[in-house]
Amino acid sequence: MMKRKCGIVRFPGTNCDRDVFQAVEMVGAEPVWLWHADQFIAKEYDSIFLPGGFSYGDYLRSGALASRAPVMKSVREAAERGIPVLGICNGFQILTEAQLLPGSLIRNNHLRFNDDWVGLKFQNTNRFFAGALRKGTNAKLPVAHGDGRYFVEDDELKRLQDKGQIWLTYEQNPNGSINDIAGVMNEKGNVAALMPHPERAMTEWMGGVDGFKFFEGDLT
Amino acid sequence: MKIGVKVMPRKEILDTQGRAVEGILKQHGQKLEHCTVGKYIILDIPETDPKAALAAAKSMAETVLYNPLIETFELEQI
Repeated sequence: MMKRKCGIVRFPGTNCDRDVFQAVEMVGAEPVWLWHADQFIAKEYDSIFLPGGFSYGDYLRSGALASRAPVMKSVREAAERGIPVLGICNGFQILTEAQLLPGSLIRNNHLRFNDDWVGLKFQNTNRFFAGALRKGTNAKLPVAHGDGRYFVEDDELKRLQDKGQIWLTYEQNPNGSINDIAGVMNEKGNVAALMPHPERAMTEWMGGVDGFKFFEGDLT
Repeated sequence: MKIGVKVMPRKEILDTQGRAVEGILKQHGQKLEHCTVGKYIILDIPETDPKAALAAAKSMAETVLYNPLIETFELEQI
């Protein structure tokens, strides 16, 4: 069987890229580096990952410059083709800045950087990522962010609720996110993102294994 | 009374943020010579006399809003 080909996008300042690379290897898929200044042929990939970090030094706004980088043209094409795209942490910020996902991530309400393990609840099932973890399931993952507070306007929030686009919520809100939101997805579900780091929860020695399922692909 | 404080990096200092923004704009085919990124701070000061408000704002700027080694600031009544 052909290995799933997973593209991992690297921007200047991305720093969780190698962790995501290993996570993809651990589930038996083939990781491929994608460089921010280049474009790629979207249809050659089975899924695309945007790892965490501080792309372009978080200049202007977190994710703002990265979302306008050349590679994002191809990411957008992949998203439109229905190829699964997962944003983690800074990747989430980049996808909202690119308007591939609704909302924005703003400074934590307590102004401090969050570095902790958090309890999460799946509000909806996303069959492309962590499909095995159904609506109502709980998970435990690490967070590490300064700008993690999810914000959308009320009418947009209602639309997200109605269309089942709220993917994950925090059990205990660590940053002031509206409605405890930790992850969202687009209407089709193929573009999804979360602030916690599944790639940091792949083995027992890391402190948990709930991240593993996020890299296994469509298991439905 | 509201006073605006514009804080900009000094010309001699490499403005990495401005350079990164400039790079992205140029990649998108926008024509520009140069881009500088600074900060704009609005202070609401309990003064009715503009002179007193500006003096207070200057004191605040010098207390913490700018670093004279790497930045300059300008005040305006708004």
